[in-house]
Amino acid sequence: MIGSESRVVVVGASLAGLRGAESLRRSGFAGSLTIVGAEPYRPYDRPPLSKAVLTGAVAPDATGLPNLVALDADWRLGAPAVGLDRTKRLVTLEGGETIAYDRLLIATGASARPWPDAAEGRLAGVHTLRGRDDAEALRRDLAARPAQVLVIGGGFIGCEVAAACRDLDLPVTLVETGPTLLASVLGAHLGAVVQTLHETRGVTVLCNAKVEALEDDGTGRVQRARLAGGSAVPADLVVVALGAVRNTSWLAGSGLAFDEGGLDCDAQGYVLDENERPDTQIAAAGDVARFPHPLYPGHRIALEHWGHAVAQGEHAGRLLAGCEPARYAEVPAFWSSQGGITIKSVGLTKGADGVVIAQGDPRHGRFVAVYGQEGRCIAALSFDSARWLPAYAEKIAAGAPFPPEAGGVDAGPLRVFAPGFPDPSGSGPDDPARSGKDEP
Amino acid sequence: MSDNTAPPGPSPTYAAAGLRVTVDLNLCQAYAQCCYAAPDHFVLKGHEALHYDPAPSADARADIERARIACPVQAIRVEDPEAPRR
Repeated sequence: MIGSESRVVVVGASLAGLRGAESLRRSGFAGSLTIVGAEPYRPYDRPPLSKAVLTGAVAPDATGLPNLVALDADWRLGAPAVGLDRTKRLVTLEGGETIAYDRLLIATGASARPWPDAAEGRLAGVHTLRGRDDAEALRRDLAARPAQVLVIGGGFIGCEVAAACRDLDLPVTLVETGPTLLASVLGAHLGAVVQTLHETRGVTVLCNAKVEALEDDGTGRVQRARLAGGSAVPADLVVVALGAVRNTSWLAGSGLAFDEGGLDCDAQGYVLDENERPDTQIAAAGDVARFPHPLYPGHRIALEHWGHAVAQGEHAGRLLAGCEPARYAEVPAFWSSQGGITIKSVGLTKGADGVVIAQGDPRHGRFVAVYGQEGRCIAALSFDSARWLPAYAEKIAAGAPFPPEAGGVDAGPLRVFAPGFPDPSGSGPDDPARSGKDEP
Repeated sequence: MSDNTAPPGPSPTYAAAGLRVTVDLNLCQAYAQCCYAAPDHFVLKGHEALHYDPAPSADARADIERARIACPVQAIRVEDPEAPRR
C-alpha cells in the first residue's frame, strides 16, 4: 500500500478514470487525488449519446455517471493534459500549470476519427460523435428535421446513428466501404443480418461504397457527398463515423511507447517506455491502453468497450494503490442497441475462421452465433438472446472446442460458415474497430 | 476543491442534486424487474433494449432503490448525494 503522503494523479475524467479513482480509494489509498479532464464536465456515460440522446429521450446533461465511492478529489476539468515529464514526475496542463505525481493513471480515452479533409470536415452540417457536446450538436441538428441524413461508416456508431434517424422518421443513407454493415467486426455473414434489419426500417444502405468528398452549397453548408465512381448522394446533415483514434499525442516527449492506436502496457498494466521497460509509477486503463490479453496472445489489444473501461480502471486503481492484483484477464464484452434489437458480444471475433448459429435462427431475429479460430471458441454474439451469453463467455475463457456441441435434442450438427471478414488490406479506415466496437 | 463542490459547466441536472443512475448493460439480461419496481424510470423496449432515466429526481429515491435491489443480476448503479456511497 502506498502511503498517505503520496500523490496520485488521474489523467482522464471519463468512465475508466472515475472507476480507477474509486478503486484507489476502495483499496485504502488515503493520499491526495487529482483528476484531470479535458472537458468541462464531471464523468458522464457515453453509450446513451448515440442512442437516447439523439432521439431526445435523454438530455445530454443527464448522462452524468454515478460516483460510487467518496473520492475527496481535486477536479481539474476543462484543462487537458498537454505534457508528461517522467523524470520530474509532472503532468502539464493546457495553460501551463503543472501537477506533481507519485503515481499516475492514464485514462485519456479516444477521439472520433476526423473526416480526412479538414476543410470539408468543418462544413456546417458535418458532425462526428464522441463526447457530450458532439451529441448535443447532433441532436440539435436532427431536431431541425434535415431533408437527408448521410452517415459515413457502417460500424456500431454509424448503425446506431442511422437507427436513431429512423426513430425520428428522418431519411438516412448509410455508406460503408465493406461488403456489409459491421463486416469488419461481425463478418459479412452476420453483418448481412444487421443490414437487413436497417434496410427493413428504411435506411438506404450503400456497401462497397466510399465517400470521396463532401461538397457545400456555396454558403459553407454541406449539400452532397461525392462517391468513388462519380455518383453523388444529397445530404444536408452528415455524420462521420469512421472509428476512433486514441488520445496519446499529449505523451510526445515522455519516452513512453504510443501511437494513435494506443499506449503500450505490460501484462500487469504498467505503461512501457520506448525500450519496452515498464514504468511502475504509471498505469493505463480504458480505450487508451494497449495491453497483452491472456486470451488473445501474440499481440497487444486496445478495447473500446464500456465494461472494459470499468474493469481495467478498477484493476489499475488496485495496481497503483500497491495491492498487486491478479493479471487482468476480463473477457471482452460489449452491447449495442439499434432498431429495437440488442446485440451483445463476448470475446473478440478478430481472426475467426468459422462461425456457427448455436441457438435460434437469424431469420426469426433471436439467435446466438459462436465464432471459432483453429478449433477453439473465441467469441459469441447474441441478437436479443443475452441470457445465453454468460455460458458462452465461460467457453471462450476456457478455450473450449469449436464448433461447440449442438445444445438441444432438436438440434442437428452445427453448420460452420465462413465469417466473411473483409480483406484487411482492402478495408476502410475503421479497420482498427475489428478489435472491438467504436463506442462513443 | 472538494469532491462535493459543484462542477463547472452548464449542468443543471447535477446542480439539482438528484440521483445518478447507470445500468451495466453487459450484465442486464432483460428480466425487467426494474420496470416493475420503478416503471417511470425503467422501460423495456422490444425483447431486450432497456431504456432508463439516468438522472431521476430525488423524489424517485424509493422507487430507484427498489429497482436496484430487485435486479437479479445486480446491474444497476446509483449515486444518491443524500446517502452513503456504495
